[in-house]
Amino acid sequence: MRLGFNFWLGAALTALVIFAGLLAPWIAPFDPVLDADLMNSELPPDATFWFGTDAQGRDVYSRILYGAQISLTVGIVSQVINSLIGITLGMTAGYWGGWWDDLVNGLTNVMLAIPSLIFALAVMAVLGPGLPSLLIALGLTNWSWTCRIARSSTLSLKSQGYVQAAQTLGYGDLRIMFSQILPNMMGPILVMATLGMGSAVLSEAALSFLGLGIQPPFPSWGSMLTDARQLIQLAPWVAIFPGLAIFLSVLGFNLLGDGLRDSLDPHMRTRNP
Amino acid sequence: MTAPLLQVDNLHVHFPISGGGLLGAGRRTLYAVNGISFELAKGECLSIVGESGCGKSTTALSILGLQAPSEGAIRYRGLPLSGPGAPGRMQRARAVQMVFQDPYASLNPRQSVKTSLAAPLRLHGITAKSEISDRIEVMLANVGLTPEQASRYPHEFSGGQRQRIGIARALILEPEIVVLDEPVSALDVSIRAQIINLLLDLQEKLGLSYLMISHDLSVVEHMSNRVLVMFAGQVVEEGPWQQIFTSPAHPYTRRLIAAIPDPYAAMNRGERPERFTDVALPAGRDFLFEVGTAPDVFAAPAPSELIEIAVDHRVRLALT
Repeated sequence: MRLGFNFWLGAALTALVIFAGLLAPWIAPFDPVLDADLMNSELPPDATFWFGTDAQGRDVYSRILYGAQISLTVGIVSQVINSLIGITLGMTAGYWGGWWDDLVNGLTNVMLAIPSLIFALAVMAVLGPGLPSLLIALGLTNWSWTCRIARSSTLSLKSQGYVQAAQTLGYGDLRIMFSQILPNMMGPILVMATLGMGSAVLSEAALSFLGLGIQPPFPSWGSMLTDARQLIQLAPWVAIFPGLAIFLSVLGFNLLGDGLRDSLDPHMRTRNP
Repeated sequence: MTAPLLQVDNLHVHFPISGGGLLGAGRRTLYAVNGISFELAKGECLSIVGESGCGKSTTALSILGLQAPSEGAIRYRGLPLSGPGAPGRMQRARAVQMVFQDPYASLNPRQSVKTSLAAPLRLHGITAKSEISDRIEVMLANVGLTPEQASRYPHEFSGGQRQRIGIARALILEPEIVVLDEPVSALDVSIRAQIINLLLDLQEKLGLSYLMISHDLSVVEHMSNRVLVMFAGQVVEEGPWQQIFTSPAHPYTRRLIAAIPDPYAAMNRGERPERFTDVALPAGRDFLFEVGTAPDVFAAPAPSELIEIAVDHRVRLALT
Protein backbone atom coordinates (compact mmCIF):
# COMPACT_ATOMS: atom_id res chain seq x y z
CA MET A 1 0.00 0.00 0.00
CA ARG A 2 1.54 3.31 -1.07
CA LEU A 3 0.68 6.32 1.01
CA GLY A 4 1.22 9.79 -0.36
CA PHE A 5 2.52 13.02 1.09
CA ASN A 6 -1.00 14.17 2.03
CA PHE A 7 -1.52 11.09 4.16
CA TRP A 8 1.68 11.63 6.09
CA LEU A 9 0.98 15.36 6.57
CA GLY A 10 -2.50 14.46 7.83
CA ALA A 11 -1.10 11.75 10.08
CA ALA A 12 1.48 14.18 11.49
CA LEU A 13 -1.15 16.86 12.24
CA THR A 14 -3.47 14.28 13.80
CA ALA A 15 -0.61 12.91 15.89
CA LEU A 16 0.18 16.46 17.02
CA VAL A 17 -3.40 16.94 18.24
CA ILE A 18 -3.40 13.54 19.96
CA PHE A 19 -0.10 14.26 21.75
CA ALA A 20 -1.27 17.73 22.74
CA GLY A 21 -4.43 16.30 24.26
CA LEU A 22 -2.85 13.31 25.98
CA LEU A 23 0.19 15.15 27.33
CA ALA A 24 -1.57 18.41 28.24
CA PRO A 25 -1.35 17.88 32.04
CA TRP A 26 2.43 17.47 31.77
CA ILE A 27 3.47 19.87 29.05
CA ALA A 28 1.09 22.78 29.68
CA PRO A 29 3.01 25.50 31.55
CA PHE A 30 -0.11 26.79 33.34
CA ASP A 31 -3.44 25.50 34.56
CA PRO A 32 -6.06 26.30 31.91
CA VAL A 33 -8.72 27.41 34.43
CA LEU A 34 -7.15 28.22 37.78
CA ASP A 35 -4.11 30.24 36.69
CA ALA A 36 -6.18 33.32 35.98
CA ASP A 37 -4.44 36.55 36.87
CA LEU A 38 -6.03 39.82 35.90
CA MET A 39 -2.62 41.52 36.22
CA ASN A 40 -1.54 39.47 33.18
CA SER A 41 -4.65 39.95 31.07
CA GLU A 42 -4.42 40.36 27.30
CA LEU A 43 -0.66 40.07 27.11
CA PRO A 44 0.72 39.51 23.61
CA PRO A 45 2.75 36.34 22.96
CA ASP A 46 6.12 36.34 24.70
CA ALA A 47 8.59 33.87 26.23
CA THR A 48 6.34 33.08 29.23
CA PHE A 49 2.96 33.08 27.52
CA TRP A 50 3.78 31.57 24.09
CA PHE A 51 0.38 32.33 22.58
CA GLY A 52 -0.38 35.33 24.82
CA THR A 53 -3.09 35.56 27.48
CA ASP A 54 -6.84 36.12 27.37
CA ALA A 55 -9.06 38.67 29.15
CA GLN A 56 -8.79 36.77 32.46
CA GLY A 57 -5.02 36.48 32.12
CA ARG A 58 -5.08 32.74 31.39
CA ASP A 59 -2.37 31.24 29.18
CA VAL A 60 -3.83 30.68 25.69
CA TYR A 61 -1.20 27.99 24.89
CA SER A 62 -2.19 25.89 27.93
CA ARG A 63 -5.88 26.32 27.17
CA ILE A 64 -5.35 25.14 23.57
CA LEU A 65 -3.51 22.03 24.79
CA TYR A 66 -6.39 21.17 27.11
CA GLY A 67 -8.90 22.10 24.41
CA ALA A 68 -7.38 19.38 22.22
CA GLN A 69 -8.78 16.85 24.70
CA ILE A 70 -12.28 18.11 24.02
CA SER A 71 -11.82 18.18 20.26
CA LEU A 72 -10.39 14.66 20.21
CA THR A 73 -13.07 13.27 22.51
CA VAL A 74 -15.78 14.87 20.43
CA GLY A 75 -14.21 13.74 17.16
CA ILE A 76 -13.63 10.13 18.19
CA VAL A 77 -16.72 9.47 20.32
CA SER A 78 -19.15 11.09 17.90
CA GLN A 79 -17.65 9.12 14.99
CA VAL A 80 -17.83 5.87 16.94
CA ILE A 81 -21.53 6.52 17.62
CA ASN A 82 -22.09 7.57 14.00
CA SER A 83 -20.35 4.49 12.66
CA LEU A 84 -22.20 2.12 14.99
CA ILE A 85 -25.57 3.57 13.96
CA GLY A 86 -24.65 3.82 10.28
CA ILE A 87 -23.15 0.32 10.04
CA THR A 88 -25.99 -1.34 11.95
CA LEU A 89 -28.73 0.32 9.91
CA GLY A 90 -26.93 0.23 6.55
CA MET A 91 -25.70 -3.35 6.78
CA THR A 92 -29.03 -4.80 7.92
CA ALA A 93 -30.92 -2.73 5.32
CA GLY A 94 -28.63 -3.88 2.52
CA TYR A 95 -28.65 -7.49 3.67
CA TRP A 96 -32.32 -7.99 4.44
CA GLY A 97 -33.83 -5.55 1.96
CA GLY A 98 -37.62 -5.31 1.82
CA TRP A 99 -39.60 -3.00 4.10
CA TRP A 100 -36.67 -2.57 6.49
CA ASP A 101 -34.52 -1.29 3.63
CA ASP A 102 -37.28 1.13 2.60
CA LEU A 103 -37.60 2.36 6.18
CA VAL A 104 -33.86 2.88 6.65
CA ASN A 105 -33.58 4.58 3.26
CA GLY A 106 -36.41 6.93 4.15
CA LEU A 107 -34.83 7.75 7.50
CA THR A 108 -31.45 8.35 5.84
CA ASN A 109 -32.99 10.69 3.30
CA VAL A 110 -34.77 12.64 6.03
CA MET A 111 -31.49 12.95 7.96
CA LEU A 112 -29.67 14.13 4.84
CA ALA A 113 -32.35 16.75 4.21
CA ILE A 114 -31.98 18.33 7.67
CA PRO A 115 -28.91 20.57 8.03
CA SER A 116 -26.78 18.71 10.53
CA LEU A 117 -25.94 21.74 12.66
CA ILE A 118 -29.64 22.61 13.01
CA PHE A 119 -30.40 19.05 14.04
CA ALA A 120 -27.54 19.07 16.56
CA LEU A 121 -28.85 22.41 17.90
CA ALA A 122 -32.30 20.86 18.37
CA VAL A 123 -30.85 17.86 20.21
CA MET A 124 -28.73 20.16 22.40
CA ALA A 125 -31.80 22.26 23.15
CA VAL A 126 -33.53 19.14 24.47
CA LEU A 127 -30.56 17.68 26.35
CA GLY A 128 -29.07 20.91 27.62
CA PRO A 129 -25.47 22.08 27.22
CA GLY A 130 -22.40 20.12 28.27
CA LEU A 131 -19.99 17.52 26.93
CA PRO A 132 -22.21 14.38 27.20
CA SER A 133 -25.12 15.95 25.34
CA LEU A 134 -22.67 17.41 22.79
CA LEU A 135 -21.36 13.89 22.11
CA ILE A 136 -24.88 12.50 21.77
CA ALA A 137 -26.00 15.37 19.52
CA LEU A 138 -23.03 15.00 17.15
CA GLY A 139 -23.21 11.22 17.30
CA LEU A 140 -26.81 11.27 16.12
CA THR A 141 -26.35 13.75 13.28
CA ASN A 142 -23.84 12.40 10.80
CA TRP A 143 -24.55 8.69 10.43
CA SER A 144 -26.46 9.01 7.15
CA TRP A 145 -23.45 8.90 4.82
CA THR A 146 -21.92 6.00 6.73
CA CYS A 147 -25.29 4.25 6.49
CA ARG A 148 -25.40 4.78 2.73
CA ILE A 149 -21.89 3.45 2.26
CA ALA A 150 -22.54 0.46 4.53
CA ARG A 151 -25.73 -0.33 2.62
CA SER A 152 -24.18 -0.12 -0.83
CA SER A 153 -21.10 -2.09 0.24
CA THR A 154 -23.35 -4.77 1.70
CA LEU A 155 -25.37 -4.94 -1.50
CA SER A 156 -22.27 -5.54 -3.57
CA LEU A 157 -20.64 -7.92 -1.08
CA LYS A 158 -23.86 -9.92 -0.73
CA SER A 159 -23.54 -11.18 -4.28
CA GLN A 160 -19.94 -12.31 -3.74
CA GLY A 161 -19.46 -16.05 -3.79
CA TYR A 162 -18.11 -16.21 -0.25
CA VAL A 163 -21.26 -14.71 1.22
CA GLN A 164 -23.41 -17.20 -0.70
CA ALA A 165 -21.02 -19.94 0.37
CA ALA A 166 -21.51 -18.91 4.01
CA GLN A 167 -25.27 -19.13 3.50
CA THR A 168 -25.03 -22.61 2.04
CA LEU A 169 -22.70 -23.66 4.87
CA GLY A 170 -25.47 -22.86 7.33
CA TYR A 171 -24.27 -19.53 8.76
CA GLY A 172 -26.95 -17.33 10.32
CA ASP A 173 -27.62 -13.85 8.97
CA LEU A 174 -25.92 -12.01 11.83
CA ARG A 175 -22.88 -14.26 11.68
CA ILE A 176 -22.59 -13.63 7.94
CA MET A 177 -22.85 -9.89 8.44
CA PHE A 178 -20.19 -9.79 11.15
CA SER A 179 -17.74 -12.39 9.88
CA GLN A 180 -18.07 -12.04 6.10
CA ILE A 181 -19.41 -8.59 5.22
CA LEU A 182 -18.23 -6.21 7.94
CA PRO A 183 -14.48 -6.96 7.71
CA ASN A 184 -14.60 -6.41 3.95
CA MET A 185 -16.25 -3.00 4.08
CA MET A 186 -14.24 -1.50 6.94
CA GLY A 187 -11.98 0.40 4.51
CA PRO A 188 -14.54 2.93 3.25
CA ILE A 189 -16.21 3.12 6.68
CA LEU A 190 -12.87 4.01 8.27
CA VAL A 191 -12.32 6.72 5.67
CA MET A 192 -15.79 8.14 6.36
CA ALA A 193 -15.15 8.15 10.09
CA THR A 194 -11.81 9.94 9.70
CA LEU A 195 -13.34 12.59 7.45
CA GLY A 196 -16.28 12.85 9.86
CA MET A 197 -13.91 13.63 12.74
CA GLY A 198 -12.99 16.86 11.01
CA SER A 199 -16.57 17.96 10.63
CA ALA A 200 -17.36 16.90 14.21
CA VAL A 201 -14.54 19.14 15.48
CA LEU A 202 -15.98 22.01 13.43
CA SER A 203 -19.50 21.34 14.72
CA GLU A 204 -18.23 21.23 18.29
CA ALA A 205 -16.53 24.56 17.75
CA ALA A 206 -19.70 26.01 16.25
CA LEU A 207 -21.93 24.73 19.04
CA SER A 208 -19.51 25.89 21.73
CA PHE A 209 -19.25 29.24 19.95
CA LEU A 210 -23.04 29.48 20.23
CA GLY A 211 -22.73 28.71 23.94
CA LEU A 212 -24.32 25.26 23.74
CA GLY A 213 -21.21 23.12 23.95
CA ILE A 214 -18.47 23.15 26.51
CA GLN A 215 -19.32 25.54 29.32
CA PRO A 216 -16.85 28.12 30.65
CA PRO A 217 -14.46 28.23 32.30
CA PHE A 218 -13.30 24.90 30.91
CA PRO A 219 -11.56 25.47 27.56
CA SER A 220 -12.68 24.20 24.19
CA TRP A 221 -11.47 25.74 20.95
CA GLY A 222 -14.98 26.87 20.07
CA SER A 223 -15.72 28.48 23.42
CA MET A 224 -12.29 30.18 23.33
CA LEU A 225 -13.32 31.78 20.05
CA THR A 226 -16.53 33.00 21.66
CA ASP A 227 -14.58 34.64 24.44
CA ALA A 228 -12.20 36.17 21.93
CA ARG A 229 -14.95 37.78 19.92
CA GLN A 230 -14.99 41.03 21.88
CA LEU A 231 -11.19 41.23 21.97
CA ILE A 232 -10.44 40.54 18.35
CA GLN A 233 -9.13 44.07 17.69
CA LEU A 234 -7.38 44.55 21.05
CA ALA A 235 -5.85 41.08 21.40
CA PRO A 236 -6.09 39.20 18.10
CA TRP A 237 -3.89 36.32 19.37
CA VAL A 238 -6.76 35.21 21.65
CA ALA A 239 -8.78 34.44 18.48
CA ILE A 240 -5.98 33.51 16.08
CA PHE A 241 -4.48 30.57 18.00
CA PRO A 242 -7.69 28.63 18.75
CA GLY A 243 -8.74 29.28 15.14
CA LEU A 244 -5.42 27.96 13.93
CA ALA A 245 -5.80 24.89 16.16
CA ILE A 246 -9.23 24.15 14.67
CA PHE A 247 -7.95 24.74 11.16
CA LEU A 248 -4.90 22.52 11.50
CA SER A 249 -6.69 19.65 13.25
CA VAL A 250 -9.56 19.60 10.75
CA LEU A 251 -7.04 19.81 7.90
CA GLY A 252 -5.15 16.91 9.50
CA PHE A 253 -8.23 14.69 9.82
CA ASN A 254 -9.31 15.44 6.26
CA LEU A 255 -5.87 14.79 4.75
CA LEU A 256 -5.66 11.57 6.73
CA GLY A 257 -9.08 10.50 5.47
CA ASP A 258 -8.26 11.44 1.88
CA GLY A 259 -4.95 9.61 2.07
CA LEU A 260 -6.62 6.51 3.47
CA ARG A 261 -9.24 6.61 0.75
CA ASP A 262 -6.70 6.96 -2.01
CA SER A 263 -4.62 4.10 -0.69
CA LEU A 264 -7.62 1.80 -0.10
CA ASP A 265 -9.28 2.50 -3.44
CA PRO A 266 -7.21 1.44 -6.45
CA HIS A 267 -9.51 3.33 -8.86
CA MET A 268 -8.87 6.64 -7.12
CA ARG A 269 -5.16 6.02 -7.25
CA THR A 270 -5.03 5.52 -10.98
CA ARG A 271 -7.16 8.58 -11.64
CA ASN A 272 -5.11 10.89 -9.39
CA PRO A 273 -1.57 9.64 -9.56
CA MET B 1 -38.48 -48.42 -4.16
CA THR B 2 -36.31 -46.06 -2.18
CA ALA B 3 -36.69 -42.34 -2.60
CA PRO B 4 -34.20 -40.73 -4.99
CA LEU B 5 -31.34 -38.76 -3.47
CA LEU B 6 -32.62 -35.50 -4.86
CA GLN B 7 -35.95 -34.99 -6.52
CA VAL B 8 -37.13 -31.73 -8.06
CA ASP B 9 -40.80 -31.84 -8.87
CA ASN B 10 -42.52 -29.23 -11.05
CA LEU B 11 -40.35 -26.36 -9.78
CA HIS B 12 -41.52 -22.86 -10.62
CA VAL B 13 -39.70 -19.66 -9.68
CA HIS B 14 -41.35 -16.38 -10.61
CA PHE B 15 -40.03 -12.95 -9.68
CA PRO B 16 -42.26 -9.92 -9.26
CA ILE B 17 -40.63 -7.01 -11.09
CA SER B 18 -41.70 -3.55 -10.04
CA GLY B 19 -42.41 -1.42 -13.08
CA GLY B 20 -41.24 1.78 -11.40
CA GLY B 21 -44.72 3.26 -11.57
CA LEU B 22 -46.67 4.60 -8.60
CA LEU B 23 -48.62 2.14 -6.45
CA GLY B 24 -47.26 -0.85 -8.29
CA ALA B 25 -48.16 0.39 -11.76
CA GLY B 26 -46.33 -1.52 -14.47
CA ARG B 27 -45.66 -4.44 -12.13
CA ARG B 28 -44.85 -7.59 -14.06
CA THR B 29 -43.86 -11.15 -13.34
CA LEU B 30 -40.63 -12.65 -14.62
CA TYR B 31 -41.06 -16.35 -15.31
CA ALA B 32 -37.56 -17.61 -14.53
CA VAL B 33 -38.26 -21.30 -14.00
CA ASN B 34 -41.42 -22.91 -15.32
CA GLY B 35 -42.01 -26.44 -14.17
CA ILE B 36 -38.66 -28.20 -13.96
CA SER B 37 -38.67 -31.82 -12.80
CA PHE B 38 -35.71 -34.15 -12.47
CA GLU B 39 -34.12 -36.66 -10.18
CA LEU B 40 -30.50 -37.00 -9.18
CA ALA B 41 -29.25 -40.46 -8.26
CA LYS B 42 -26.42 -41.30 -5.87
CA GLY B 43 -23.02 -41.04 -7.55
CA GLU B 44 -24.44 -39.45 -10.68
CA CYS B 45 -23.43 -36.27 -12.46
CA LEU B 46 -26.37 -34.45 -13.99
CA SER B 47 -25.66 -31.36 -16.06
CA ILE B 48 -28.04 -28.53 -16.70
CA VAL B 49 -27.07 -26.62 -19.83
CA GLY B 50 -28.57 -23.62 -21.52
CA GLU B 51 -27.93 -20.01 -22.37
CA SER B 52 -27.64 -17.17 -19.83
CA GLY B 53 -30.99 -16.37 -18.29
CA CYS B 54 -32.57 -19.73 -19.06
CA GLY B 55 -33.14 -20.36 -15.36
CA LYS B 56 -30.43 -22.90 -14.69
CA SER B 57 -28.78 -20.90 -11.91
CA THR B 58 -32.15 -20.06 -10.34
CA THR B 59 -32.89 -23.78 -10.22
CA ALA B 60 -29.58 -24.36 -8.43
CA LEU B 61 -30.25 -21.53 -5.96
CA SER B 62 -33.62 -23.08 -5.12
CA ILE B 63 -31.98 -26.40 -4.34
CA LEU B 64 -29.45 -24.63 -2.12
CA GLY B 65 -32.26 -22.84 -0.31
CA LEU B 66 -31.08 -19.40 -1.42
CA GLN B 67 -34.19 -18.83 -3.54
CA ALA B 68 -37.67 -19.84 -2.42
CA PRO B 69 -39.63 -21.69 -5.12
CA SER B 70 -42.96 -20.16 -6.16
CA GLU B 71 -44.41 -23.59 -6.74
CA GLY B 72 -43.30 -27.20 -6.76
CA ALA B 73 -41.27 -29.31 -4.39
CA ILE B 74 -37.65 -30.25 -3.83
CA ARG B 75 -37.02 -33.44 -1.87
CA TYR B 76 -33.86 -34.89 -0.41
CA ARG B 77 -34.19 -38.62 0.27
CA GLY B 78 -37.95 -38.14 0.21
CA LEU B 79 -37.89 -35.32 2.78
CA PRO B 80 -38.95 -31.82 1.75
CA LEU B 81 -36.07 -29.41 1.12
CA SER B 82 -38.35 -26.47 0.36
CA GLY B 83 -41.64 -25.11 1.58
CA PRO B 84 -43.27 -26.22 4.85
CA GLY B 85 -41.37 -28.85 6.77
CA ALA B 86 -38.10 -27.84 5.15
CA PRO B 87 -34.99 -28.19 7.30
CA GLY B 88 -33.06 -25.17 8.54
CA ARG B 89 -29.85 -23.95 6.97
CA MET B 90 -27.82 -26.23 9.21
CA GLN B 91 -29.36 -29.55 8.11
CA ARG B 92 -29.48 -28.44 4.50
CA ALA B 93 -25.80 -27.52 4.66
CA ARG B 94 -24.88 -31.12 5.42
CA ALA B 95 -26.89 -32.38 2.43
CA VAL B 96 -26.14 -29.91 -0.38
CA GLN B 97 -23.09 -27.72 -0.98
CA MET B 98 -21.89 -25.60 -3.86
CA VAL B 99 -18.70 -24.91 -5.78
CA PHE B 100 -18.79 -21.40 -7.20
CA GLN B 101 -17.83 -20.16 -10.62
CA ASP B 102 -15.43 -17.37 -9.75
CA PRO B 103 -12.62 -18.55 -7.49
CA TYR B 104 -11.62 -14.93 -6.90
CA ALA B 105 -14.99 -13.86 -5.47
CA SER B 106 -15.82 -17.08 -3.67
CA LEU B 107 -13.19 -16.87 -0.94
CA ASN B 108 -13.28 -14.23 1.78
CA PRO B 109 -10.06 -12.22 1.23
CA ARG B 110 -9.71 -11.66 4.98
CA GLN B 111 -9.89 -15.28 6.07
CA SER B 112 -7.06 -17.77 5.87
CA VAL B 113 -7.75 -21.14 4.29
CA LYS B 114 -7.74 -22.71 7.74
CA THR B 115 -10.35 -20.24 9.04
CA SER B 116 -12.52 -20.74 5.95
CA LEU B 117 -12.52 -24.48 6.53
CA ALA B 118 -12.62 -24.52 10.34
CA ALA B 119 -15.50 -22.07 10.81
CA PRO B 120 -18.16 -24.30 9.18
CA LEU B 121 -16.95 -27.30 11.20
CA ARG B 122 -17.20 -25.33 14.43
CA LEU B 123 -20.61 -24.05 13.39
CA HIS B 124 -21.76 -27.63 12.99
CA GLY B 125 -20.68 -28.65 16.45
CA ILE B 126 -17.18 -29.99 15.90
CA THR B 127 -15.19 -28.20 18.56
CA ALA B 128 -12.23 -30.49 19.30
CA LYS B 129 -9.17 -28.73 17.90
CA SER B 130 -7.46 -31.98 16.96
CA GLU B 131 -10.49 -33.19 15.01
CA ILE B 132 -10.81 -29.87 13.19
CA SER B 133 -7.17 -29.83 12.14
CA ASP B 134 -7.30 -33.51 11.18
CA ARG B 135 -10.31 -32.99 8.97
CA ILE B 136 -8.80 -29.89 7.37
CA GLU B 137 -5.58 -31.76 6.66
CA VAL B 138 -7.43 -34.69 5.08
CA MET B 139 -9.59 -32.36 3.02
CA LEU B 140 -6.62 -30.32 1.80
CA ALA B 141 -4.86 -33.54 0.80
CA ASN B 142 -8.04 -34.61 -1.03
CA VAL B 143 -7.96 -31.49 -3.17
CA GLY B 144 -4.21 -31.59 -3.70
CA LEU B 145 -3.01 -28.91 -1.28
CA THR B 146 -0.46 -29.26 1.50
CA PRO B 147 -1.20 -28.67 5.21
CA GLU B 148 1.38 -25.85 5.23
CA GLN B 149 -0.80 -23.89 2.81
CA ALA B 150 -3.65 -23.79 5.34
CA SER B 151 -2.35 -20.69 7.09
CA ARG B 152 -2.19 -18.66 3.87
CA TYR B 153 -4.71 -16.16 2.57
CA PRO B 154 -6.61 -16.39 -0.74
CA HIS B 155 -4.50 -13.74 -2.52
CA GLU B 156 -1.47 -15.97 -2.13
CA PHE B 157 -3.00 -18.64 -4.37
CA SER B 158 -3.50 -19.00 -8.12
CA GLY B 159 -6.95 -19.35 -9.67
CA GLY B 160 -6.69 -23.11 -9.87
CA GLN B 161 -5.53 -23.39 -6.27
CA ARG B 162 -8.35 -21.12 -5.15
CA GLN B 163 -10.84 -23.36 -6.89
CA ARG B 164 -9.32 -26.31 -5.02
CA ILE B 165 -9.90 -24.41 -1.77
CA GLY B 166 -13.48 -23.70 -2.87
CA ILE B 167 -13.98 -27.41 -3.49
CA ALA B 168 -12.47 -28.24 -0.09
CA ARG B 169 -14.86 -25.80 1.58
CA ALA B 170 -17.84 -27.34 -0.23
CA LEU B 171 -16.82 -30.83 0.88
CA ILE B 172 -15.73 -30.12 4.47
CA LEU B 173 -19.22 -30.83 5.86
CA GLU B 174 -19.35 -34.10 3.89
CA PRO B 175 -22.46 -33.34 1.81
CA GLU B 176 -23.90 -35.94 -0.55
CA ILE B 177 -24.85 -33.50 -3.27
CA VAL B 178 -22.57 -30.83 -4.70
CA VAL B 179 -23.85 -28.16 -7.04
CA LEU B 180 -21.10 -27.15 -9.46
CA ASP B 181 -21.82 -23.71 -10.90
CA GLU B 182 -19.59 -23.41 -13.97
CA PRO B 183 -16.76 -24.93 -11.93
CA VAL B 184 -14.00 -24.35 -14.48
CA SER B 185 -15.22 -21.59 -16.77
CA ALA B 186 -13.28 -18.86 -14.90
CA LEU B 187 -10.03 -20.83 -15.02
CA ASP B 188 -7.19 -20.93 -17.51
CA VAL B 189 -7.66 -23.60 -20.13
CA SER B 190 -4.47 -25.28 -18.93
CA ILE B 191 -5.88 -25.63 -15.40
CA ARG B 192 -9.36 -26.81 -16.39
CA ALA B 193 -8.44 -30.43 -17.02
CA GLN B 194 -6.77 -30.67 -13.60
CA ILE B 195 -9.87 -29.39 -11.80
CA ILE B 196 -12.20 -31.59 -13.86
CA ASN B 197 -10.11 -34.65 -13.06
CA LEU B 198 -10.00 -33.65 -9.40
CA LEU B 199 -13.80 -33.38 -9.34
CA LEU B 200 -14.16 -36.79 -11.02
CA ASP B 201 -11.69 -38.38 -8.58
CA LEU B 202 -13.50 -36.91 -5.59
CA GLN B 203 -16.85 -38.04 -6.95
CA GLU B 204 -15.61 -41.61 -7.10
CA LYS B 205 -13.73 -41.51 -3.81
CA LEU B 206 -16.44 -39.87 -1.72
CA GLY B 207 -19.49 -41.15 -3.59
CA LEU B 208 -20.68 -37.64 -4.42
CA SER B 209 -23.56 -36.67 -6.67
CA TYR B 210 -22.97 -33.65 -8.85
CA LEU B 211 -25.47 -31.24 -10.26
CA MET B 212 -23.48 -29.21 -12.76
CA ILE B 213 -24.62 -25.93 -14.19
CA SER B 214 -22.71 -25.10 -17.34
CA HIS B 215 -22.75 -23.68 -20.78
CA ASP B 216 -19.39 -25.21 -21.61
CA LEU B 217 -20.53 -28.31 -23.44
CA SER B 218 -17.08 -29.83 -23.75
CA VAL B 219 -16.89 -29.96 -19.93
CA VAL B 220 -20.43 -31.33 -19.78
CA GLU B 221 -19.58 -34.03 -22.30
CA HIS B 222 -16.57 -35.04 -20.23
CA MET B 223 -18.20 -35.16 -16.82
CA SER B 224 -21.89 -35.88 -16.93
CA ASN B 225 -23.96 -39.03 -17.04
CA ARG B 226 -27.14 -37.24 -17.99
CA VAL B 227 -27.82 -33.84 -19.52
CA LEU B 228 -30.78 -31.52 -19.08
CA VAL B 229 -31.12 -28.81 -21.72
CA MET B 230 -33.00 -25.74 -20.51
CA PHE B 231 -34.54 -22.96 -22.53
CA ALA B 232 -36.77 -20.16 -21.20
CA GLY B 233 -37.16 -21.82 -17.82
CA GLN B 234 -38.19 -25.20 -19.17
CA VAL B 235 -36.45 -28.46 -19.94
CA VAL B 236 -36.52 -28.80 -23.73
CA GLU B 237 -34.58 -32.03 -23.88
CA GLU B 238 -33.10 -34.49 -21.44
CA GLY B 239 -31.29 -37.75 -21.78
CA PRO B 240 -28.05 -39.72 -21.32
CA TRP B 241 -25.08 -37.69 -22.52
CA GLN B 242 -24.32 -39.99 -25.47
CA GLN B 243 -27.84 -39.48 -26.79
CA ILE B 244 -27.77 -35.74 -26.30
CA PHE B 245 -24.41 -35.33 -27.99
CA THR B 246 -24.85 -37.75 -30.88
CA SER B 247 -28.55 -37.56 -31.68
CA PRO B 248 -29.99 -34.38 -30.25
CA ALA B 249 -33.63 -34.03 -31.24
CA HIS B 250 -34.57 -30.49 -30.27
CA PRO B 251 -33.41 -27.70 -32.61
CA TYR B 252 -32.18 -25.68 -29.63
CA THR B 253 -30.01 -28.57 -28.43
CA ARG B 254 -28.67 -29.00 -31.95
CA ARG B 255 -27.70 -25.34 -32.10
CA LEU B 256 -25.99 -25.53 -28.71
CA ILE B 257 -23.95 -28.55 -29.69
CA ALA B 258 -23.13 -27.17 -33.11
CA ALA B 259 -21.69 -24.12 -31.34
CA ILE B 260 -18.91 -26.16 -29.71
CA PRO B 261 -15.71 -25.00 -31.42
CA ASP B 262 -14.44 -27.72 -33.69
CA PRO B 263 -10.78 -27.36 -34.69
CA TYR B 264 -11.19 -29.78 -37.61
CA ALA B 265 -14.07 -27.77 -39.04
CA ALA B 266 -11.95 -24.62 -38.84
CA MET B 267 -9.27 -26.32 -40.93
CA ASN B 268 -11.97 -27.32 -43.38
CA ARG B 269 -12.55 -23.68 -44.35
CA GLY B 270 -15.29 -23.35 -41.75
CA GLU B 271 -17.50 -25.97 -43.32
CA ARG B 272 -18.99 -28.19 -40.68
CA PRO B 273 -20.14 -31.66 -41.61
CA GLU B 274 -23.60 -32.60 -40.39
CA ARG B 275 -22.78 -34.98 -37.62
CA PHE B 276 -26.11 -35.58 -35.94
CA THR B 277 -28.15 -38.66 -36.61
CA ASP B 278 -31.75 -37.91 -37.48
CA VAL B 279 -34.36 -38.46 -34.85
CA ALA B 280 -37.88 -39.47 -35.74
CA LEU B 281 -40.57 -37.54 -33.92
CA PRO B 282 -43.90 -39.12 -33.08
CA ALA B 283 -46.28 -38.69 -36.01
CA GLY B 284 -47.99 -35.34 -36.25
CA ARG B 285 -45.94 -33.73 -33.44
CA ASP B 286 -43.68 -30.72 -33.72
CA PHE B 287 -41.46 -28.49 -31.63
CA LEU B 288 -42.73 -25.36 -30.03
CA PHE B 289 -39.62 -23.42 -30.89
CA GLU B 290 -38.60 -21.00 -33.56
CA VAL B 291 -34.92 -20.68 -34.27
CA GLY B 292 -33.59 -17.25 -33.47
CA THR B 293 -36.48 -15.99 -31.35
CA ALA B 294 -35.84 -14.67 -27.87
CA PRO B 295 -38.24 -15.99 -25.24
CA ASP B 296 -40.71 -13.60 -23.63
CA VAL B 297 -39.71 -13.94 -19.99
CA PHE B 298 -42.70 -11.88 -18.84
CA ALA B 299 -45.27 -14.37 -20.09
CA ALA B 300 -45.96 -17.88 -18.91
CA PRO B 301 -44.78 -20.28 -21.64
CA ALA B 302 -47.30 -21.86 -23.96
CA PRO B 303 -48.41 -25.32 -22.89
CA SER B 304 -46.28 -28.18 -24.13
CA GLU B 305 -45.16 -31.58 -22.91
CA LEU B 306 -42.05 -33.74 -22.62
CA ILE B 307 -42.35 -36.85 -24.79
CA GLU B 308 -40.06 -39.85 -24.48
CA ILE B 309 -38.55 -40.56 -27.90
CA ALA B 310 -35.99 -43.14 -26.80
CA VAL B 311 -35.08 -44.80 -23.52
CA ASP B 312 -34.68 -41.99 -20.95
CA HIS B 313 -34.47 -39.48 -23.77
CA ARG B 314 -37.27 -36.92 -23.66
CA VAL B 315 -37.91 -33.87 -25.76
CA ARG B 316 -40.39 -31.03 -25.39
CA LEU B 317 -43.09 -30.90 -28.07
CA ALA B 318 -46.14 -28.76 -28.67
CA LEU B 319 -49.47 -30.17 -27.52
CA THR B 320 -51.45 -31.76 -30.28
